[in-house]
Amino acid sequence: MKKLSARRRHPLAAVVVLLLALAATGGLYAAFAPAGKAQADDSAQSLTIKEGKKLYEVGCASCHGTGGQGSSDGPSLVGVGAAAVDFQVGTGRMPAATSQGAQVPRKKVVYNQAQIDQLATYIASLGAGPNVPTKEQYGPAGADIAKGGELFRTNCAQCHNFTGKGGALTKGKFAPSLEGVAPKHIYEAMQTGPQNMPSFPDTTLSSKNKKDIIAYLNAVNGDKTENPGGLELGGLGPVTEGLFAWIFGLGALITVAVWVAARTAKAKKS
Amino acid sequence: MSSQDIPEENLPAEQDHAHGAVGIADEENPFSDPGLPPHEHRIQDIDERAARRSERMVALLFTVSMLATVAFIVAYLVIPNDKSIFVFPIGHLSAMNFTLGLTLGVALFCIGAGAVHWARTLMSDAEVADERHAIEAPADVRAKVHADFRLGAKESALGRRKLIRNTMFGALALVPLSGVMLLGGLGPAPGTKLRHTMWAKGKRLVNMNTNQPLRPEDVAVGSLTFAKPDGLEETDEEFQTEIAKAALMIVRLQPDNIKDKRELDWSHEGIVAFSKICTHVGCPISLYEQQTHHVLCPCHQSTFDLSDGARVIFGPAGHALPQLHIGVDSEGYLQALGDFEEPVGPAFWERG
Amino acid sequence: MSTAENESSRSRGKAPAGERIADWADGRLGIYSLAKANMRKIFPDHWSFMLGEVCMYSFIIIILTGVYLTLFFHPSMNEVQYHGSYVPLQGQLMSEAFNSTLHISFDVRGGLLMRQIHHWAALIFLAGMFVHMMRVFFTGAFRKPREVNWLFGFLLFVLGMFTGFTGYSLPDDLLSGTGVRFMEGAILSVPIVGTYLSFFLFGGEFPGHDFVARFYSIHILLLPGIMLGLMVGHLILVFYHKHTQFAGPGKTEKNVVGMPLLPVYMAKAGGFFFLVFGVIAAIAAVAQINPIWAMGPYRPDQVSTGAQPDWYMGFSEGLIRFMPGWEINLWGHTLVLGVFIPLVIFPLVLVAIAVYPFIESWVTGDKSEHHILDRPRNAPTRTGLGVAWMTLYLTLLVGGGNDLWATHFHLSINAVTWFVRIFFFVGPVIAFIVTKRICLGLQRRDRDKVLHGRETGIIKRLPHGEFVEVHESLSQEQLHTLTAHHQYEPAEIGATVDENGVERKVPASEKLRSKLSSAYYGEDNQIPKPTVEEYKEIASGHGHH
Repeated sequence: MKKLSARRRHPLAAVVVLLLALAATGGLYAAFAPAGKAQADDSAQSLTIKEGKKLYEVGCASCHGTGGQGSSDGPSLVGVGAAAVDFQVGTGRMPAATSQGAQVPRKKVVYNQAQIDQLATYIASLGAGPNVPTKEQYGPAGADIAKGGELFRTNCAQCHNFTGKGGALTKGKFAPSLEGVAPKHIYEAMQTGPQNMPSFPDTTLSSKNKKDIIAYLNAVNGDKTENPGGLELGGLGPVTEGLFAWIFGLGALITVAVWVAARTAKAKKS
Repeated sequence: MSSQDIPEENLPAEQDHAHGAVGIADEENPFSDPGLPPHEHRIQDIDERAARRSERMVALLFTVSMLATVAFIVAYLVIPNDKSIFVFPIGHLSAMNFTLGLTLGVALFCIGAGAVHWARTLMSDAEVADERHAIEAPADVRAKVHADFRLGAKESALGRRKLIRNTMFGALALVPLSGVMLLGGLGPAPGTKLRHTMWAKGKRLVNMNTNQPLRPEDVAVGSLTFAKPDGLEETDEEFQTEIAKAALMIVRLQPDNIKDKRELDWSHEGIVAFSKICTHVGCPISLYEQQTHHVLCPCHQSTFDLSDGARVIFGPAGHALPQLHIGVDSEGYLQALGDFEEPVGPAFWERG
Repeated sequence: MSTAENESSRSRGKAPAGERIADWADGRLGIYSLAKANMRKIFPDHWSFMLGEVCMYSFIIIILTGVYLTLFFHPSMNEVQYHGSYVPLQGQLMSEAFNSTLHISFDVRGGLLMRQIHHWAALIFLAGMFVHMMRVFFTGAFRKPREVNWLFGFLLFVLGMFTGFTGYSLPDDLLSGTGVRFMEGAILSVPIVGTYLSFFLFGGEFPGHDFVARFYSIHILLLPGIMLGLMVGHLILVFYHKHTQFAGPGKTEKNVVGMPLLPVYMAKAGGFFFLVFGVIAAIAAVAQINPIWAMGPYRPDQVSTGAQPDWYMGFSEGLIRFMPGWEINLWGHTLVLGVFIPLVIFPLVLVAIAVYPFIESWVTGDKSEHHILDRPRNAPTRTGLGVAWMTLYLTLLVGGGNDLWATHFHLSINAVTWFVRIFFFVGPVIAFIVTKRICLGLQRRDRDKVLHGRETGIIKRLPHGEFVEVHESLSQEQLHTLTAHHQYEPAEIGATVDENGVERKVPASEKLRSKLSSAYYGEDNQIPKPTVEEYKEIASGHGHH
């Protein structure tokens, strides 16, 4: 107690109090966290369709109905195609948690690829839809990165940001970051338009266009992407740059100024 | 400087408790100003060895600066401009930028640090008081200036010869107008340019991505497509200015989902075409949520409901997005059936 | 006569070269009289007095790097095809401005570094001015005789904002182009002349082919020229007024205590320039800023989410984002209130802080010079108003980045916007009340400290069992420092009846002034500082504390 009260006037006491206050502010955050209803999607079956159907009945039917016809908890999966299943289940969005925020987020994948393929085949058997793309369709061979950039800025950047860092939509929904998303899943997302994302079918955004976009994303937001100037600061533009300038730029300069103006240690016995 | 020679045992006694709790010198008024506290010596002032250490530190800093400048020059000459290196934890970055920046930073910082260390440890740190003098001039100066001014004003006869004064003010007031007139060359008058776009009856809707005219069957429900008027090419001189008004956003809804009657009338099999330019301040609005049919502007979050005449449901936009009346031509391509009926983009005074 | 001349020329002949050059210059420029007044000029030591230097040095850095950039930048909007070394833009159509900025970034050795230093220094320049301005505000350094210099500083801040805006718009990239488009929309909202202003600025319809060249001359010549002049004036006035200082032993309204320009401040301030430059260069080495290659060339039909201006324009972004979409259509004309109101509030937010010194001096009616700084707590109403203003500003900054708040804290963008809408009005009021309470609390603590001494945190048990905390009485230096501030009396309305018994009409302004004055200095709005009598009474009565 004695120590504590003696340290109340310590120069760092204010910092400690500030940190405590910041921690308390976290509580306020909960009040603004959005609660929304989920837009659940699909799932499916097959190595043979039967295997997929079995998986479907266990993992998906409770929301999407026993024959994929949909229910109040999940949309119909008739005609969504194998690509939609491969995307939704392959990125862990499906099966969705019973209660989620404004939209179903990407999470740990529950099924292995073989099971996903079985589910996809089952769902594809319910009605024709886009197929899972092949490596030739989304691979880098023959892609025009610059054209992909132009297409990305026309069709995608408005929601996903210049280099695919993600962005906000209405009422707590968001366009997710595209960092680390498999090319196949990006292709499928454009093809099928999961959740609130519009689709970009081959009739309006050709298969070559999609390949270009994927190649561009890999160039500007891949593992080996170079940020020549140094720290990318999230790739979010002037907001993080401004914070950085204030905290590290001005912060460093004020620290230096304190040193310049401080009294030099006096020669005294203490 | 002479204080540097003072040996340690000669330290003034009061230094030991300079900040102590004692010492009310003025019993009469304990709040009165006790005057500048006595100067206290630094180690460097009394110990030549410490001063030497400081000197060496300053010299070291200046030397590091010199070395850093040499490193800068070498880096500039040697490093290829496109070389990329991986630096933990920053990531892949330009070797040139990183090296030049750090060497320049060190070279500059060490000069500064050396100079400041020198000032802090070796230059006298005795506090000195400088007197202030009132900014205001003394009364006699003030009176003299006023008198001089009156005399000068009188001699100019500006107050007496009103004709001169008035014409002079008139001339001086008018002459800047020439400058204002010259600014007229900055731009043409707006006329009705903001009211019209390139869209006209019979213009096909060309897909931005493929540069091909669109057919209704290309546009699926839930998809999003951007279009430009047929005949507008990216290489055109006025491409930027034209696309700034003509950019089009095309979505397809189930016709029975369309709540607004005019929207339905102006659509083709549920395909609706709206201006891509936000009616707030002109951002290309296009964050389309296919399940809610809402479209959000990324700049200022105006939200429009595309299933209800693109009316504003949130944010700072003041009116709905203009819709383009579309149909199909004889070859089965989507075409405009006229220009937008109202000006696209941000509102302005003459918009009406 | 001639002997004297000979003598002086002879002595000059023997003098060291430096002295001879100085003599030569003095004969033509009169530098000795200047040096007499200034060479040993005293500057007080305090870190917060160096914030202005941060600004001045970053401004110089901006000019140096800016001149370098002009050697390579082409302020032209002619369309060209890109053939430089950045692969993801190969073959793209872009303006020459964008093309040459890519050239600087990828093909000029050290060009990227210069660009990054230029931009980082600009952000730090504005941040430094903001903090410097707040330091001056909260310590009352703007009081007579420094009001004019306050305005100079304020103008520098505002011009700095616009120089920054025109500067980051030059590369003609997708992000800055979106900002320019926003500006066009805002100009269009001006009643009656909006469309004309817009057409004159852009040389016709947006974006046209002119704005880069026009912004260029504004950015590199017009605004920095004015700023340079203002900065020199600002500095001259700092020299002329001599620096302010905090209260303390030996420090009075009639002196300034510190160390001399030559040599200490020459070394410290000169060294600080290199320190600032060094820090900014190091930041530019490790942190990327405005990667225009990732944003792509401007196209009016393209956009990216997260489209924000640089931080100093962020509060205008907040204003425009939280505004409801009001629009009035009457008699064939449109009044775009949803855009025009923010456009009007934007300068008002700034002017509010600029005119404050004049309001305060009117309320106090104080005509004397002030060179001793206030501690913020000793001016609770001013401090409260300042914090309220900062709260408003910060709220707007939050509003300007509402989408990033939403994504990074998993909030609804609509909720964030509504929060800003409400907090814009409520926040400053809360901030004012809370700050004022805190100030008064601190004043009370100072009063207790003076009267009862410093709490040592040491608990002592008295012989009869009572526990007391040992208070250590203050030295005269500390007592003086804590009681040096001046406290105003609230202004009374003068006699309402003149000597003949005729009632005088009290002007509304006088009533207002009296009201404001008691809000500033009335009974509950400041804690009376302890008097010598109180001190002595307690000192004699409570010997044991």
